[in-house]
Amino acid sequence: MAKHHIEATVNGDAVEFLCETEETLLDVLRDTLHLTGSKEGCASGDCGACSVMLNGRLVCSCLVLGCEVGGQKIETIEGMAAGETLHPLQQQFLKSAALQCGICTPGFLVASKALLERTPDPTETEVRYWLAGNLCRCTGYDKIVSAVMDTAAAMRKG
Amino acid sequence: MAETMTNGNSQTYVGTRTIRPDGADKVTGRARFGADFNLPGQLIGRVLRSPHPHARIVSIDTSKAEALPGVKAVVTRDDFADQSSEFIPAGEMMMNYKDVVRNVMAREKALYEGHAVAAVAAASVAIARRALKLIEVKYEVLPHVIDVVEAMQPGAPLLHDDLFTVGVEPKPEKPSNIAKRVEIKQGDIEVGFKKADLVIEREFKTAPVHQGYIEPHAALASVSEDGSTELWCTTQGHFIVRAHCARLLGLDIGKVRVTASEIGGGFGGKTVVYLEPLAIALSRKAKRPVKMVMSREEVFKASGPTSGATVRVKLGVTKDGKFVAAFAELKYQAGAFQGSPVQPGVMCAFAPYDIEHVHVIGYDVVSNRPKVAAYRAPGAPISEYAVESVVDEIAKKLEIDPIDLRMQNAAHEGTKAAYGPKFGPVGLEETLNAIKKTEHWNAPLRKWQGRGVASGFWFNIGGETCASLTVNEDGTISLMAGTPDVGGLRASLAAVAADELGVPYDKVRPIIGDTGSVGFNFLTGGSRSAFSGSMAIVEAAKQIKAELCARACKLWEAQPDQVEFSGGSVRPLGALAEKVKPMSVADFAKVAGKTGGPIGGVGRINAQGAGPSFGTHLVDLEVDPETGRVTVLRYTVAQDAGRALHPAYVEGQFQGGAVQGIGWALNEEYIYGDDGKLQNAGFLDYRMPVASDVPMIDAILVEVANPKHPYGVRGVGETPIVPPLGAIANAMEAATGIRFTELPMSPPKVLKALKEKGLSRA
Repeated sequence: MAKHHIEATVNGDAVEFLCETEETLLDVLRDTLHLTGSKEGCASGDCGACSVMLNGRLVCSCLVLGCEVGGQKIETIEGMAAGETLHPLQQQFLKSAALQCGICTPGFLVASKALLERTPDPTETEVRYWLAGNLCRCTGYDKIVSAVMDTAAAMRKG
Repeated sequence: MAETMTNGNSQTYVGTRTIRPDGADKVTGRARFGADFNLPGQLIGRVLRSPHPHARIVSIDTSKAEALPGVKAVVTRDDFADQSSEFIPAGEMMMNYKDVVRNVMAREKALYEGHAVAAVAAASVAIARRALKLIEVKYEVLPHVIDVVEAMQPGAPLLHDDLFTVGVEPKPEKPSNIAKRVEIKQGDIEVGFKKADLVIEREFKTAPVHQGYIEPHAALASVSEDGSTELWCTTQGHFIVRAHCARLLGLDIGKVRVTASEIGGGFGGKTVVYLEPLAIALSRKAKRPVKMVMSREEVFKASGPTSGATVRVKLGVTKDGKFVAAFAELKYQAGAFQGSPVQPGVMCAFAPYDIEHVHVIGYDVVSNRPKVAAYRAPGAPISEYAVESVVDEIAKKLEIDPIDLRMQNAAHEGTKAAYGPKFGPVGLEETLNAIKKTEHWNAPLRKWQGRGVASGFWFNIGGETCASLTVNEDGTISLMAGTPDVGGLRASLAAVAADELGVPYDKVRPIIGDTGSVGFNFLTGGSRSAFSGSMAIVEAAKQIKAELCARACKLWEAQPDQVEFSGGSVRPLGALAEKVKPMSVADFAKVAGKTGGPIGGVGRINAQGAGPSFGTHLVDLEVDPETGRVTVLRYTVAQDAGRALHPAYVEGQFQGGAVQGIGWALNEEYIYGDDGKLQNAGFLDYRMPVASDVPMIDAILVEVANPKHPYGVRGVGETPIVPPLGAIANAMEAATGIRFTELPMSPPKVLKALKEKGLSRA
């Protein structure tokens, strides 16, 4: 079967690509658009390392087909910093040592940003449950949760 | 930049929470992990794996797959020369190439479900998948054995006809699944047990658990027509990968260049090779680059978990709480090939305690499971869990506070460990004191809640290490290390280099060099990288300082005793100080060409004196009597770091190890059906802790300096996974009155136990 021709927006840029029916959005991002910041940890939606925003909604890009995203708006980790300025979450993750190996970090950052956009003042429990779809094997989550809480507090202060 | 202190003329960075030099790349998606490398013209490699746990491979016909358009190479056992039986160290474990070649590609038999049988390289994933289906493998299915105790029985299905138990007299005439028997002895336990007023003997069982790194194994190989080989892969030791691949493929080591990608977690599991030799073999055949990435299912089925085990512990104690005799028998699963971590399990079992009479026996047992790989303090969590459970029971029986009981028997400076060494300064007592002083220790608990404490030990290692410092033309410093950075190594080494040379931290740029750029390094494991790497950096800096002093002497026409290096500059002393001004590292960099050429130093060491690290963990949990679910409410870790080069990343090791231990204790396990197939090869069913499963993990840094290290450093990465298993089991007993002797304490098991005691209405 011929490949699908898809036009979409990724991090504000218009993109077009061809993909096979079975290719996931994650495959397209990584292999076709060369945006390798989104990671494949499981390909089954269990680890969250491939988290992206699809039309403002947090999704695992391994559970979305490439041919489904025509005309839609995708945001990935590569679009999170504003020019040279890291997003406050990115800055705080570095300051708090909220990453060790860093493989899960893009997914955690995308998911945390989505949380703070809808819940600017989350409790620790809210942070933990929101991030329960993102696996981290290195940190024990402590410094990640703290970094998200601290960022939320700083952003509320403006 | 976080807190920094000033010391004389220069800031110092060791012990501060600097921003990691590789950080910006890691929060922006720019950092390149194993699967993020690509080359022009690359093919995709895929592996055909055995569906059977145990089967003779009668024949493999690859002709149809080779004929499929787009298939560029197929490799099987025929593409790997057989290897002689020879043991070499890999991580904290010993490897035998005869087994390694069989593990990367099955030869006579497939020995576990998921065992590689063939591999293809094709123009696309789709073609590679189709090609795998066209490979015809004839199997003669054999009876299999999964359980370690069953595998030890006479008459159990034999994995290897040529495996004879080592370490027993007389030498066995019949092969068995018991690869070896090891033991350590100190004193005479028969004498010891006679002195005991109380002897507790219990048997424990633990399930195999996977390291659970989020990044699957990945490798990209490119072999030229002249045999030059380049490999990019995610590994804890690219020099070890190079050695393995050169050996397995008959290549000169000098012709193989391995670049370690950023590593997305390893915990011991990335100390061995799986895909790497296959990718090279395929690339050599196809004359194209070949990229291979494991699926999560492959990671579970074909890469190493750690052992499940059966452990019997017998501990004798006087009525006033003195441990007088200790015995343990450890039976560890090795997986399909010998080499479980039973030896370190034996060494560590009673190491936290000063006991006169000790005897520990260990068995390394093969069964039809994936070959185990190292997992964080390999072997130690299992044996120490069993011992810490018995220690807790003794404390209860004797009505002694469990921390006091441990304190009374704690190993300290001068204690002779049963496995050999006499300890120097060690920090077990300090961690016990630190835990006892926490508010946590005395916080109130409610019904169905329990508190548990346990200590843990790992010996730590040093080993061959090479790292370099180069002074660039503008005075900035290039730092090259050769052990992959699993969680803050570059930050730690950059701080040491900055302090040694008196330059700002952000003027030091650390990288992990490939095997062609820096001298040999043993892998990242055993908690050696920060310990050994910082020693090598100190050595490299020493060379630079000596060189700069020598150059200053020439420039100033001075004698060596008229100059010294301090605060980032060579300083003139005495009368000379009135004639010339100090010269900084950057000053020398500017005139390097005129004063003798490029400036740099290389530390090439075999690091000795790794100080052991002790830790004590404290946990509160709550048991739900309706479901058997256990919730960890509060957790405190105290561990001796010697000196924390970067406190935040040391805390991170404590916290991460504790949560891995929580997973091991409460939920994680390999579940096999009667058919010998793994039933939970995915993150949904192999249940690792998620953020909502755990509380904050309070980390207390205890610093008892290691006198053998210039900064007092001890390895910190392994010990944190040792105490959680025992601490949680002890808390479970406190919450329910039930001594759980089998891990994981998952809801079905807990509920069953509660029902048997009439404690659950569910």
